[in-house]
Amino acid sequence: MLRIRRLEEKSAELYAKQKIRGFLHLYIGEEAVGVGAMRALRDDDNVVATYREHGHALVRGIPAGEIMAEMYGKANGCSGGRGGSMHLFSVERRFYGGHAIVGGGLPIAVGLALANKMKGESRVTACFFGDGATDEGEFHESLNLTALWELPVLFICENNRYAMGTAFARHVSDNDIVNNPPAYGVHSETVDGMDVVAVERAVHNAAESVRETGEPRFIELRTYRFRAHSMYDAELYRSKAEVEEWKKLDPIEQLKDRALAATLITGADIETIERDVAREIEEAVQFAEQGEWESIDDLARHTYARDLS
Amino acid sequence: MTTYREAIRTALRRLLLEDSRVFLMGEDVGRYGGAYAVSKGLLDEFGEDRIRDTPLCESTFVGAGIGAALGGMRPIVEVMTVNFSMLALDQVVNNAAVMRHMSGGQFEVPIAVRMATGAGKQIAAQHSHSLENWYASIPGIKVLAPATVQDAHDMLLAAVEDPDPVFIFEHQMLYGIEGPFDPNATLSSPWKAAVRHPGSDVSLIAYGGSVHKAMTAAEELEKEGISAEVIDLRSLRPLDRPAISASVSRTHRAIVIDEAWKTGSLASEVSATLAEEAFYELDAPIARVCTREVPIPYAKHLEDAALPQVPAIVEAAKRSVGNG
Ligand SMILES: Cc1ncc(C[n+]2csc(CCOP(=O)(O)OP(=O)(O)O)c2C)c(N)n1
Ligand SMILES: [Mg+2]
Repeated sequence: MLRIRRLEEKSAELYAKQKIRGFLHLYIGEEAVGVGAMRALRDDDNVVATYREHGHALVRGIPAGEIMAEMYGKANGCSGGRGGSMHLFSVERRFYGGHAIVGGGLPIAVGLALANKMKGESRVTACFFGDGATDEGEFHESLNLTALWELPVLFICENNRYAMGTAFARHVSDNDIVNNPPAYGVHSETVDGMDVVAVERAVHNAAESVRETGEPRFIELRTYRFRAHSMYDAELYRSKAEVEEWKKLDPIEQLKDRALAATLITGADIETIERDVAREIEEAVQFAEQGEWESIDDLARHTYARDLS
Repeated sequence: MTTYREAIRTALRRLLLEDSRVFLMGEDVGRYGGAYAVSKGLLDEFGEDRIRDTPLCESTFVGAGIGAALGGMRPIVEVMTVNFSMLALDQVVNNAAVMRHMSGGQFEVPIAVRMATGAGKQIAAQHSHSLENWYASIPGIKVLAPATVQDAHDMLLAAVEDPDPVFIFEHQMLYGIEGPFDPNATLSSPWKAAVRHPGSDVSLIAYGGSVHKAMTAAEELEKEGISAEVIDLRSLRPLDRPAISASVSRTHRAIVIDEAWKTGSLASEVSATLAEEAFYELDAPIARVCTREVPIPYAKHLEDAALPQVPAIVEAAKRSVGNG
């Protein structure tokens, strides 16, 4: 969690310096979701994520340097500089992207699961999406289709209470997403998304159930984003007091306190972790700084398998 | 002689038999036999796993096809008609077309999507669109429009084999046509235009359903002593620009026939290509024979009046050669 936090704090800093451009959506405050969930999955499971995916990518094993280089737009980024912050990909890690059309990744996850089922593989496809995505038709279509065809998709809703500036209660009719999936016969549960241990346990159980039964499941992880939606957001839609209230539940502080209280770690351990993380981030920035720009001659590369012109 | 519909079915069967990664999915492709009866009988032969009836959710089943292609399958997705494909455009434009590039070449989407297109059956404005040009304007996908029975078969084989997303537009008036067909013929490249009727006075450039109208027009022009060359574009993306220019370099006159609305049509793209690449070959202004800019009406006489028809092509050609 600390790795994500520090990577993103650095990204924000680099954004201010205009090293990183475009849209940048920070995950700060929500780290327990990505970390707990990703650790509960197996290496050969599939992951489909959103544009708020730096944390997922990092925990999944994409090196911080390649993530940072991608945000710089460099050729040594994990998508060759063609994706940027919102479109991190890794074929080796079965990380099927950062998707920036809200809800657009859901059908992709359905199809990946269909392929696995048809090929007789026991993979789980974990699909991350926000509370806003549950408004989209594709969310409902995907629940229906996975339930109908019994496809091994684990739907992971990262409910951070807002879709950009629209509060949850202002965009979800009965103010509770967890009631939706059962209407399609999909098992559904809500978990505290600020508690990394609870997240890991719940996602592990859900993923193993999906693996065993081949049927979809839905988990809502209740969380909160501490930062603005993106770097363009003046946060007119919520009060500072509300943000401060949620910050008391900071997933990193919570874990730290619990681990210290249980004497699982010491203050010295924490300092070591901080130092290691700082070094990793520094090296990541260096990796990005030293990366090459893709040649403009290669602009059209990867549009098709073979050049058409 | 075989029908267009049977030729597609023959290709589907062959693909399903030869490659276990291939499956067909779409609305009513199984029990019903396909809205245009293309997949009739395939459910019995291949079972529900490989001939999948989907719920009514174009966006999600096209997206699932993209996902399955990413996952190593070779899905053939049938969207009943282009009209309903509007609900899946997001998946096409924002996922299928960009995945390879946006991932820096790590992921590819070898999906084939088939759909019926075009007007002519008096099924009015919501069932008669020709929107191939929308698709043909998107880098990252390929677009085919088989006009002949042989192409209906061969292009599907080529589309499934291709590592990129390929969209096939089957004109709804063509499913019943009969034509020569050899299931074992050597496959010609689907990405090249074809000369369907050689001629020296004027080029009639068309694709899909309009090719047949252009052929009839060429025969009529012949009776009046005008030799028309009919070019079937076949592939709408990539567009075989050299073939278009080469034809006009022979005839020095061009009529472009397209069932889409004129504004922003493929006919516009072909015309602009000629203006850029064969301007000095032209002896007369380029003419476009397209659909009138109205929603396609239901009444037969109105529908006929809205669509490109043989007399309009003949007239445009005559005007072009200077005796109209
Ligand atoms: C289809 C679509 N509509 C609108 C947008 C603009 N947009 C980007 S993020 C966002 C809010 C999404 O909220 P949520 O799903 O809760 O995810 P979060 O940003 O909170 O992680 C919107 C409306 C978009 N990217 N895609
Ligand atoms: Mg949200």
